[in-house]
Amino acid sequence: MAAVMRIVNRSSFTSAMGHQYLAFSAAANVRASAVGAGQTLPERVKIVEVGPRDGLQNEKTLVPTETKIQLIDLLSESGLPVIEATSFVSPKWVPQMADQVEVMKGICRKPGVTYPVLTPNLKGFQAALTAGAKEVAIFGAASELFSKKNINCSVDESLLRFEEVMEAAREACVPVRGYVSCVLGCPYEGKVAPEKVAHVAKRLYSMGCYEISLGDTIGVGTPGSMSQMLAAVTREVPLNALAVHCHDTYGQALANILVALQMGISVVDSSVAGLGGCPYAQGASGNVATEDVVYMLHGLGIQTGVDMSKLMNAGAFICRILNRKTNSKVAQASCKL
Amino acid sequence: MGNVPTTVKHCLSYEQLIQDYPWLRRWLLEEKEIVPTEMKIQLIDMLSQTGLSVIEATSFVSSKWVPQMADHSDVLRGIKRAQHVQYPVLTPNIQGFQAAVEAGATEVAVFGSASETFSKKNINCSIDDSMLRFQEVVSAAKERHIPVRGYVSCALGCPHEGHMEPAKVAEVAKRLYDMGCCEISLGDTIGVGTPGTMCQMLQTVMKEVPTKALAVHCHDTYGQALPNILTALQMGVCVVDSAVAGLGGCPYAQGSSGNVSTEDVLYMLHGMGIKTGVNLSKVTEVGDFICSTLNRKTNSKVAQARGGTL
Repeated sequence: MAAVMRIVNRSSFTSAMGHQYLAFSAAANVRASAVGAGQTLPERVKIVEVGPRDGLQNEKTLVPTETKIQLIDLLSESGLPVIEATSFVSPKWVPQMADQVEVMKGICRKPGVTYPVLTPNLKGFQAALTAGAKEVAIFGAASELFSKKNINCSVDESLLRFEEVMEAAREACVPVRGYVSCVLGCPYEGKVAPEKVAHVAKRLYSMGCYEISLGDTIGVGTPGSMSQMLAAVTREVPLNALAVHCHDTYGQALANILVALQMGISVVDSSVAGLGGCPYAQGASGNVATEDVVYMLHGLGIQTGVDMSKLMNAGAFICRILNRKTNSKVAQASCKL
Repeated sequence: MGNVPTTVKHCLSYEQLIQDYPWLRRWLLEEKEIVPTEMKIQLIDMLSQTGLSVIEATSFVSSKWVPQMADHSDVLRGIKRAQHVQYPVLTPNIQGFQAAVEAGATEVAVFGSASETFSKKNINCSIDDSMLRFQEVVSAAKERHIPVRGYVSCALGCPHEGHMEPAKVAEVAKRLYDMGCCEISLGDTIGVGTPGTMCQMLQTVMKEVPTKALAVHCHDTYGQALPNILTALQMGVCVVDSAVAGLGGCPYAQGSSGNVSTEDVLYMLHGMGIKTGVNLSKVTEVGDFICSTLNRKTNSKVAQARGGTL
């Protein structure tokens, strides 16, 4: 039975949303006079594919090294410009990434594609460098509790660890990407103040991260909270240094990504086949599927450089191996049984 | 009981359901595909308590074509109509309209298409012929002061014709509006639309039909429903169609989803500070109920997330 919802406060919605976006637009010097449908979107969006790392890390099945390598190679062929390959976290914490060195040495690096790896501390960074990493990433949090539970230290302590990595990376001329998790909500603290997100993002940017990926770790964000958070962050970090990493746990990822694009963001993280569930809600989905993001972007006339059918091949491959259904709706719709 | 699970994930146990609803036990034993009348009535009555202001109750199409809706009169007569809730029913032609009125309908809907091929395959006549049929319904409805809602399917793409020209959608929408439909629901029937095509289509339609008379009916087959709805909202549309638990798959792509879930739409709207008058938790409970009784997984991500354990 279909339901029809009539929005009750239409006039207050229009003016509130319009006002919010207009204020942002002025601050960000965006040419468009108001954020909304039909306004200027980026011509090109860079997709950062996190399936092989963030995706597989959260899958229950331990994936053999050869499979990881093959997945990365298939993704390389699809036109994706950035593929997060593995993580130099201790295998004690993340057994899925224990073969980090073999993966780095085994992949066929495509010219023009970067393969960043996660490096939580100096030790991980040094191991990554030895294994041939040319770009690394560090992972902070906007939530104090999440930081303590996830990486066993406070936000400030984590930033100190990252300083060491930054220094070493500077010496080695290795670019560093910074992640901020829990930007739209925390599984322990609940609401997260946009100012807190902006503070952590600014610290990472000031210490030398070239790009800051803002992660809705538990997927609770909506276009409302996304726009408020971005308005706060863009006061501290330039737009062209920002990315969004949306989870689709509540089905909001694409709407949130659309709002981010409308606000001038042009880097989007996603995971092929939507690999990687949400560890905080059993059975719920996590990462947004790259196929669904690319479908939306191409439908908007935005270039990504990605070949959808090759991307879907990579998704079909890893789902076969993992013996699981894809989380991508585009892939589901395209597979006519 | 066959292969009925003993408990289901969404907090309702089958044993309890079967105790509460004897017709469910009978239905399960018979293993029929048609949803029993009592279940439909129960579903509508539960939805009536959630704050939803419009619940499309049934369809007065010939049962030859849509056996699932053969009990239309019984459903309409059986529901407990809540105050301030409308219960429109589909009426494809004057016969259906008359039967609907007899069964107590106070609002009806007609279903047109922007695609000639889809119109022929779906309702067995051209767009022009369908408009003649609808005119009869609208005229009869006007005499009885019964509002009519008009649907335009294939607004963003057709399973047979592919790309749909916005001008064609606008033309059909205008015809329905001019003949007397109070609201036009623009349907992305196969869910292929994206914010880009939604925006172009709405811009064209809005030149012919006032924005306040427009609604969007987005399918989530390619995961695009929420960004498409967001785009429509940003353009001033304030009526959104959706289905609890995302009931209703896509008949054109087996295994794919169809209707966008009411729960997921509500989550987005409420998160944006938009008032709908609807209680999301109550809708989620209804979704749990219908999925448990149909023994199927919800299509709502909000329901899946809330059903999991933190």
